[in-house]
Amino acid sequence: MICLIEKLKKEYLGRSIVTLLGIVIILVTLSITGFLFYKGLGTFVTYNHSVWEFLFSSDWKPADNFDGGGKVGAAIFIVGSLLISFLALLIATPFSIASAVFMTEISPILGKKLLQPAIGIFVGIPSVVYGWVGLTVLVPAIAHVFNLPYGFSVLAGGIVLALMIFPTITSVSVDAIENVDNGYKEASYALGTTRWQYIYKVMLPSATSGILTGVILGLARAFGEALAVAMVIGKMQTFPDNILSATNNMTAEIASDMGNSAQGGEFNDALWSMALLLLIISFIFILIMRIIAKKGEEVK
Amino acid sequence: MNKKIKFNTKNLDLYYGDFQALKSINLEIYEKEVTAFIGPSGCGKSTFLRCLNRMNDLIDSVKIEGEIIFEGQDINGDIDVINLRTRVGMVFQKPNPFPMSIYENIAYGPKCQGVKDKTQLDTLVKESLVKAALWEEVKDRLNKSALGLSGGQQQRLCIARAIAMQPEVILMDEPTSALDPIATAKIEDLMSKLKKDYTIIIVTHSMQQAGRISDKTAFFLMGEVVEFNETPVIFTNPADKRTEDYITGRFG
Repeated sequence: MICLIEKLKKEYLGRSIVTLLGIVIILVTLSITGFLFYKGLGTFVTYNHSVWEFLFSSDWKPADNFDGGGKVGAAIFIVGSLLISFLALLIATPFSIASAVFMTEISPILGKKLLQPAIGIFVGIPSVVYGWVGLTVLVPAIAHVFNLPYGFSVLAGGIVLALMIFPTITSVSVDAIENVDNGYKEASYALGTTRWQYIYKVMLPSATSGILTGVILGLARAFGEALAVAMVIGKMQTFPDNILSATNNMTAEIASDMGNSAQGGEFNDALWSMALLLLIISFIFILIMRIIAKKGEEVK
Repeated sequence: MNKKIKFNTKNLDLYYGDFQALKSINLEIYEKEVTAFIGPSGCGKSTFLRCLNRMNDLIDSVKIEGEIIFEGQDINGDIDVINLRTRVGMVFQKPNPFPMSIYENIAYGPKCQGVKDKTQLDTLVKESLVKAALWEEVKDRLNKSALGLSGGQQQRLCIARAIAMQPEVILMDEPTSALDPIATAKIEDLMSKLKKDYTIIIVTHSMQQAGRISDKTAFFLMGEVVEFNETPVIFTNPADKRTEDYITGRFG
């Protein structure tokens, strides 16, 4: 009998706990998704706004009451989010790929000793600190360099976000490069190619799908970041003329007004709709990553 | 017939950290012959092969002492490694074509050496594939991925890729151990044709293979060359007891 209990313990206890915890996580994810849909659709169901208006109009004057009748055009925020995230990507990706190549091929010892810990620290810095440093250093610097009255801008947001997504793209790229078949390297060297020729013509093309996954992951992170961006973007409710103009984005708008609007009112529901849009966009990112990963597998 | 010596090693020692993997190797390898290295796993035969085109440079902890004279020059010294590797090609145990088209696989090496002319590259690709007995099978799909070829075809592609560099020597590190018997037979057949133009040095686990294709055989054991002679002599009348024990299957 005791033996049987022992056996049950050994066989099933661990398995049950792991399964249970896994199910809890799945349920939590599903309920968050469900809740966001429930809240986010209010704008369109309760207050009768069209999806078209929400996505493509820049007229944002939601009424903070339960009667509705305001305007919920979120285009400025959507454009702001897209612009800042892609700018961040544009800045961070070259640094990330260069760092990943340096750490894996050029100088693994120096890379592992200096660069890897440095990247670890990057990850550990809280976003409010990034935002604060951005606000204190970057914003005045941009104002000074470009001779502007103030430096709150798309550029400031892009640079801050670039710093924040750099470690993500780098570490995923390092994994991708380390997964490149060592046989390619031997084959290339044995043909009398230089290290750079190998890196450029064989290694990076082979690692492309993995690196792209890192880039999308970085993009997803950039899209979702609120605090640091809110601190340097300027929160102006206009489309930016260029990357030196202030504007606003979805996460910053949600963060700044979620506490100032009545639960269930039109304003509040419009913010939830933006939250839902963020979720849908991140689903799309995940889908793209899956497709890229699958393509990468097919090539191998 | 007096053949020229291609490689000549003098008291070659090699260490992985503190472990001595090669002990005072003295070998003369003649041109336009097939020289086979046989011996049990871990005896140093692959390590020795990789000294001949300085592939051991890729491993950090390796220390090499002694001389490897290639065409009158000690390649352990301060030489142009890139140039050495274009003259001494290599084929590996696992077929390792690049994830590119068949054409690009072959053109890769010459392109990296600065060959840009399209007609010249086309000719080079065709000639190399013909020499590697692969042309007929792939001529209609040169732009398809090399990874879609069978294992045996991939290995012949790797041989073609090495040939495209117009090397003097081709090193082969157990080139057929990942292949089925039919693909193996094709590669062996190919080697006997290639030795007219190239010096071939092959590491093999199969004594039958060494017996079938090689002119000379070196028997490696625990980092030493126990015996080196004409292949028929090694297999029918070995001088050393250990060689005899190995080829008759008493160990290894």
